[in-house]
Amino acid sequence: MGLTYQSTGTAAFREEAFNFSADDKQPVIALAGNPNTGKSTLFNLLTGLRQHTGNWPGKTVLQSKGSFIHQGIKYTVVDLPGTYSLLANSIEEQVARDFICFAKPDVTVVVVDATCLERNLNFVLQVMEITNKVVVCVNLIDEARRKKIQVHTDKLRKMLGVPVASTAANIGEGIPKLLDLVSKVVFDKLKPKPVQIKYDKEIEEAVSKLEPKVIEALGSELNSRWVALRLLEGDTTLIQSLENYYGKQHLQTLQEVLA
Amino acid sequence: MCPTLNNIPVGCNALVKKINASGIKKRRLLDLGLVPGTKVEAVGRSPLGDPTAYNIRGAVIALRNEEASMVQVSKLGN
Repeated sequence: MGLTYQSTGTAAFREEAFNFSADDKQPVIALAGNPNTGKSTLFNLLTGLRQHTGNWPGKTVLQSKGSFIHQGIKYTVVDLPGTYSLLANSIEEQVARDFICFAKPDVTVVVVDATCLERNLNFVLQVMEITNKVVVCVNLIDEARRKKIQVHTDKLRKMLGVPVASTAANIGEGIPKLLDLVSKVVFDKLKPKPVQIKYDKEIEEAVSKLEPKVIEALGSELNSRWVALRLLEGDTTLIQSLENYYGKQHLQTLQEVLA
Repeated sequence: MCPTLNNIPVGCNALVKKINASGIKKRRLLDLGLVPGTKVEAVGRSPLGDPTAYNIRGAVIALRNEEASMVQVSKLGN
């Protein structure tokens, strides 16, 4: 890779690594979440496109990009593949993780299924570990009502520390509220404070030792705590992605530490 | 002897006890929702017996025998 993050800056970096066109100075919103939670339905509703859900060709996110205008501002939306985790076990997970991590969307909207929140919240926590700029969208709320499931969005917001909106993307319910929250987060009028997960003492100690090295190697571009945790986990795909996006030379110190 | 998830007959429920794996493999199963205490139902097996579809916390997910055998469970019956 010729260009690296440090040498270019966010816009050009996004363009080179994620196929974003150069005039894209507009805010970027990423839609992430488990499979079948309605990300693409929401995407289609927002953009007026008819993106087919499902297959993801390799590493490109070109096909899933669209835009819409809200209160006079044009936003770019990226529909990420649905995954159960962000640990890069598969291409889809890697695409989703790399996008949230390296392309730095201005907001990541985590779309969750109101009818089985429990299984979705694990993913929300994983996203919140990477970025603060998270809005949770409790989708399929109409389906939940039918099943007599009540979602206490206020409680959820307090517990997670991020804005929560409930929607039914198929009928357009709750979308204005969601967009309102999204734009507030984009323009820093609302600052989500995601709860941070505390691990066992041993892990926390190791993280506090490793984190300064991560900052030394990568600067403050990435969430150093998250990177440290992945490195401790022995996540080789992250090292590969770091090499791809940042260039090898920045990683030498890290490699030394890990060796 | 505790049975593993791949031994659960179709239509039966089981409770996850423990994941007999480590590192990224374990993490993956946990991420799919297979944490201790989770109720899992075997909903269907493919003609050749592998993979099997399980209902895990509201989503139907197919697991190979290889993966399911890492999940220690206790039988709950039908």
